[in-house]
Amino acid sequence: MTVALSGKEIADKLEEQFPGSIVESSQDSLVVDSEFLLKVATSLKDTPDLDFNYLVAITAVDYYDYFEVVYRLTSLEHNHSLVVKTRCYERVNPVLPSVVSLWRGAELQEREIYDLMGISFEEHPNLKRLFLWQGFKGHPLRKDYL
Amino acid sequence: MEVDEPTGMYVSTTELDITEGKVIEALKARSQQSIPDPDSWLDEELRRNIFLTTVDAILNWARRSSLWPVVCFPACCAFEFITTAASRFDISRFGMEVIRASPRQADLMITAGTLTWKMAPQVRRIYDQMAEPKWVIAMGACGISGGIFRSSYSVVPGYNRIVPVDVYVPGCPPRPEALLYGIRMLHHKISKGSIDTEGR
Repeated sequence: MTVALSGKEIADKLEEQFPGSIVESSQDSLVVDSEFLLKVATSLKDTPDLDFNYLVAITAVDYYDYFEVVYRLTSLEHNHSLVVKTRCYERVNPVLPSVVSLWRGAELQEREIYDLMGISFEEHPNLKRLFLWQGFKGHPLRKDYL
Repeated sequence: MEVDEPTGMYVSTTELDITEGKVIEALKARSQQSIPDPDSWLDEELRRNIFLTTVDAILNWARRSSLWPVVCFPACCAFEFITTAASRFDISRFGMEVIRASPRQADLMITAGTLTWKMAPQVRRIYDQMAEPKWVIAMGACGISGGIFRSSYSVVPGYNRIVPVDVYVPGCPPRPEALLYGIRMLHHKISKGSIDTEGR
């Protein structure tokens, strides 16, 4: 059975490593400042004790005030998992760093989020609509889409 | 006519072959005349191989008796269609069991499932590639009107936006009986057709 690591414990370690990177943390998950997302993600992937070499899924949630992007990470080596979140307060042109350079599996999922939620991912190799067609107006999974 | 069964034990295959040869020779000797097929029960015209009908009747009979469906199953109604095609309901009773992967060999499109706008150009192309005459059955709520997805941003509200529909079969999904009823309705429609008014 995969062990879900405590977000709080990991967050404490990360806060030591990158001061100011953690927005909040709980037993289930931790929220990273988007400025630090790539550094934190690299650290989570490359630290031998953590070794999060597998990105299970990325999801985005619209909370009206901000978008939250959820990364579910797993280590196949240690058989443990972690939920990392980041927030984006911009609504007109939201931008987050892409994690494709770390986990190749993020490519299609970030395209899906770009398509349906309208969040751009910086340095994504091929950021274009995935399910909807070119020329489609708006991003249908946003709460204010009608 | 009985076939002589070889009996007893055989010590060699040669002996077996000889016995088999004798069986064949005996059957052949007894089978020099063909078995009679009396035609006294046939009518006079039929015995002389004469049929009298109209061109419309024979054409419509041929068309409705061998409707070959093209593959157009984008969603869950496909399973009801598959059930309809399988042995319990068995559309081969209507000469329809040949489900064509090529639109050029098909003349019926059963639209079994929700159509998205992204898929719509392909469906229209498949329809365009089917040879005339051709018919369309809109199967299920999504096929008729988009169903519960009607107000969705990505769903075509009814196949009749894309292709002309002949018969609508309601249901979500329709049971095989309903689809068979729709097919019978289409048969009825085809039988009313005339080459005189075709294409107008």
